[in-house]
Amino acid sequence: MNGLTFDIAHLLAGSLVLISFMMLYQDRLFALINVFALHAVMLALSVAWQAYIQDAHHLYITAAIALVFKAIVIPVGLHRIIQRLGIHRDIETAVGIGPTMLAGIGLVTLSVVLMLRVTPEADPLAREDLAFALSIILLGLLVMVTRRNAVSQVVGFMSLENGLVLAATGAKGMPLVVEISVAFSILIAFIVIGVFLFRIRERFDSVDIGALDDYRGERR
Amino acid sequence: MNSTVALLLCGPAALLATAVLAAAVSRHSFATRLVYGAAFVISAVLVVIVAGHLAGNSGEASATLPLGLPWTGARFRLDGLSAFFLLVVNLGGAIASLYGLGYGRHESAPHRVMPFYPAFLAGMNLVVLANDAFSFLLSWEFMSLASWALVMAHHRDEANRRAGYIYLVMASFGTMALLLAFGLLAGPAGTYAFDAMRTAHPGPLAAGAVLVLMLLGAGSKAGLVPLHAWLPLAHPAAPSHVSALMSGIMTKVAIYGFIRVVFDLLGEPAWWSGIAVLLIGGVTAVLGILHALMEKDLKRLLAYSTIENIGVIFTSLGLALAFKANAMPSAAALAFTAALFHVLNHSFFKSLLFFGAGAVLTSTGERDMEKLGSLIHRLPVTSFVFLVGCVSISALPPFNGFASEWLVFQAILRSPELPQWGLKVIVPAVGGMLALAAALAAACFVKAFGITFLGRARSAAVERAHEVDRWSLAAMAVLAAFCLLAGILPGFVIDALSPVTISLIGDRMPVQMAQPWLSIVPIAESRSSYNGLLVFAFIAVSASLAAFFIHRFASHALRRGIAWGCGFADAAPAAQYTAVSFAQPIRRVFGGFAFRARETVDMPAPGSLEPARLKVDMHDVAWEIFYQPITGAIDFATERLNHLQFLTIRRYLTLVFLYLVILLLVLALWP
Repeated sequence: MNGLTFDIAHLLAGSLVLISFMMLYQDRLFALINVFALHAVMLALSVAWQAYIQDAHHLYITAAIALVFKAIVIPVGLHRIIQRLGIHRDIETAVGIGPTMLAGIGLVTLSVVLMLRVTPEADPLAREDLAFALSIILLGLLVMVTRRNAVSQVVGFMSLENGLVLAATGAKGMPLVVEISVAFSILIAFIVIGVFLFRIRERFDSVDIGALDDYRGERR
Repeated sequence: MNSTVALLLCGPAALLATAVLAAAVSRHSFATRLVYGAAFVISAVLVVIVAGHLAGNSGEASATLPLGLPWTGARFRLDGLSAFFLLVVNLGGAIASLYGLGYGRHESAPHRVMPFYPAFLAGMNLVVLANDAFSFLLSWEFMSLASWALVMAHHRDEANRRAGYIYLVMASFGTMALLLAFGLLAGPAGTYAFDAMRTAHPGPLAAGAVLVLMLLGAGSKAGLVPLHAWLPLAHPAAPSHVSALMSGIMTKVAIYGFIRVVFDLLGEPAWWSGIAVLLIGGVTAVLGILHALMEKDLKRLLAYSTIENIGVIFTSLGLALAFKANAMPSAAALAFTAALFHVLNHSFFKSLLFFGAGAVLTSTGERDMEKLGSLIHRLPVTSFVFLVGCVSISALPPFNGFASEWLVFQAILRSPELPQWGLKVIVPAVGGMLALAAALAAACFVKAFGITFLGRARSAAVERAHEVDRWSLAAMAVLAAFCLLAGILPGFVIDALSPVTISLIGDRMPVQMAQPWLSIVPIAESRSSYNGLLVFAFIAVSASLAAFFIHRFASHALRRGIAWGCGFADAAPAAQYTAVSFAQPIRRVFGGFAFRARETVDMPAPGSLEPARLKVDMHDVAWEIFYQPITGAIDFATERLNHLQFLTIRRYLTLVFLYLVILLLVLALWP
C-alpha cells in the first residue's frame, strides 16, 4: 500500500472523528442533524475509499446505503419530526459544552492508546481504522449520555452505528451481510424510536424524557 | 446416547409434564389421585429401572443432550453413586406420593402444592443425573425453587412467609458457593463437564477452597451447623409429605453433591481435609439433637433431628476422607459404606416420622406436643409405626439405625491406625460427640413418642382424633417394614453398596452375604460382628415369652388398694410430664453454653394471689452470630441498591457508558 492511499483513508476516518466532536457542541437540534448528515456523508466517502483501495466492490453498496439512508432519508425524516413536534428551538444539552469536549478528548486518547496496545501485529491501516472507529463509538455514546432530548439520543445512537460500519469496512474480507444487517438495524431502530417518539408525544405532549420521570413521580 | 440414561431422563420429563398437567387441573376433585398417582407410578418405574441397572451390574452409562452450554451440552451420567442416590430419591418419592394420595385430600390449598410436587421430584432426579456443572446447578436451583414454592404453600401464615424468605436467601447463598466451587474446578480453561474436571487435579490451595465452598454450598442445603437455621423453619412449614421429602430426601441430594465433588471430582484428598468435615459433622450432630430436645413442635423436632443425622453422615464422610488420604482403603470403604447406609436409613425413618407427624396433624390439627398425648388409644396403627420410626432413629437394635451407626463407630475405632496425631486426637473426640448425640437422640425420641402418644390427653382435639386413611397408613407401614428389613439384613445393603465404594474409594468392605447366619463383620471376625436377625429373634422370643408368662401365670385376682399417685399430685392432665419439663435436666446441663439459656423465676409479692412464673430464655447462637449480621448486611445493601430501580433513562445510559469506559481503561492500563 503506498503512502497516498493510506493517508487519504487516514484523513477520511480522522475527519469522521472530528465531525463526531462537532456533534458534541451542537445545542440546537437542526444543527445536530445537519452535522449528523455530514457525518454520514463522510462515512460514505470513507467506505467508498476503502472499497477502492481494497478492490472490494461490494463495499460500494455499503457506501451507497450510508449515503442514501443516513445522509439523506433519516436526516430529512428527523427534520420533519422536529418541525411537527415544534421543538427546533430547544436547547437541550444536559452537561456543559466544555466538560463534554474534555471528556471527548479523553475518550479518543483512551481508544487510541487501547487499540495501539492490543493490536500490535495487525495491518497498520486496520489498526488506525479500529482506533478511529472505537473513538466514534465512544463519542456517540457520549452524545447519547449528555443529551436530554430523545431525538438527539437517536442521533447519538446512529453516529455510534457509523463507527461500527467504519470498523467493519476497515477490516479486510468482512462479508457484505454484516454491513447490510448493520444498516438495517439502524433503520429499524430509527423506525422503532420514531414510533416511540410519537407515543411519548401523544401521552405527555413533549419529547423531553424528563416528562417520563415526572410521570413516574421523580426528580432528577 | 445410552438407552438406560435416556429412559431415566424420561422420568423427570414425565414428572414435569405431570406438573404442567397438575397446574391445569389442580382445582378438580380428581386431581389429587391423578397427580400423586402419576408421581407414584413414575417414581416406582424409575426405582425398577435403577434397581435393574444395579442388579445387572451394567457399570456406567452416559448421554448428552444438545441443550445448555453450546460447547458442553447437557450431560447426564449413571454410575454407581448416582444410581444409589436415584434409588433413595425415587423410593422416597414413590412412598411420599403414596402417602400424598391420602394426605393430599386434606390439603387446604391443593393448587399450591400439586403443580410443584412433581417438579420438585424431577429436580432432585436431574441433580443426581447431571454430569456437567451447568446442568447440575440448573437442576439444583430448580429443586430449590420448587421446594421453596412448596414451603410457601400456606403463605398466609406469617411464620411460613418468613421461613420461605430465609430459605430462599440461604438457597441462593448455597448455589453461589457451589457456583464458585465449580468455577474453581473448571479452572482457567472453563471445562464444565464433570469428565474433564475429574482428570484436571487442582492445586492444594484450590482444592481446599473447593472443599470449603462445598461445605458451605452443599452443607447449607443439608443443614450443617452453623448454616442450619433455615432448615427447622422451612421443612415443617411445607405439607407433611413434602416435609418428609425435604428432610428425608433433599438433604440426601445435598450429600450427593458433596460426595460427587469432594470424593469424585477433586481427586486425592489431603489428610487435613477430613478434619474440617469431621469436626463440623460432630458439632452438627450434638447441636442438632440438643435443639431437637428443646423443641415442643413435633415437626420442628423432626427437622432438628435431621440436622443431627446429617452430622452423623458428614462425620462418617470425614472419616472416609481421612482414611482415603492415608491410603487405608479398607477403613475408608467401611466409613464410606456407613455414611451411605445411614443416608438410606435416614431417608426411611425420617420420612416415616414425618408421615406420622402428618397423620397426627390431620387427625388432631395440632403440631404442638403440649396439646397432644394419649394418642395411642385413638391412633393405634399410626402410633405403632411411629414407634418403629422412633426406635430406628434412636439407633436401637434390631432396626436399621443401629446397623449404620454401629458401622460408623466401627470406623471410628480404626482411628488409632491413622499416622497423623491431629487425627488420632480428633477422631475419638468426635466419636465421643457422636455417642453423646446418639444417647440424646434416644432421649429426644422417648420424649417425642411419650409426650405425643402416651399419658393423658392434653387438649380436646385429641378426643376427636381418629385414624387416618389407608393410603397414608400403607405408606407408613411400608417404611416401617423397610426399617426392620434393613436392620435385620444389613449385609445385603452393604454388599449392594460395594460398587459405589469401589468406584470412589478403590476398595470395598468384605462380602457380608458370605458370612454364616446373616451376620455382618465389618473388619474381621476377631474384632466385631453383629447379627440383626439374631437380635431380632431374641427380642421377639423373649418378649413373647415374657408376655405369655405374665398373661398365663400372673394373678387374675382383682385387687383393690389406695391409688398410687404415680407422681400426680393433681388429677389434671396438665400436671403430667410435658415436653419442656422432660427436657429440663438436659437443658440445665447443656443449655448454658449451647443456647445461652437463662431461667428466671417471677415470685409474686407476699400476699398476692398471682401464680409464680418460671421463664426460660433461649437463644440460637448460630442465628445470632451468623444469620443476623448476614441478613443485616443484605438488607443494607439492597436498601442502597434500590435507588438503581428508579433512575432516568439517561442515567442508565451513563452507568453503562461509565462501566464500558472503566473496562476499557483497565484494559489499556493493565501491565
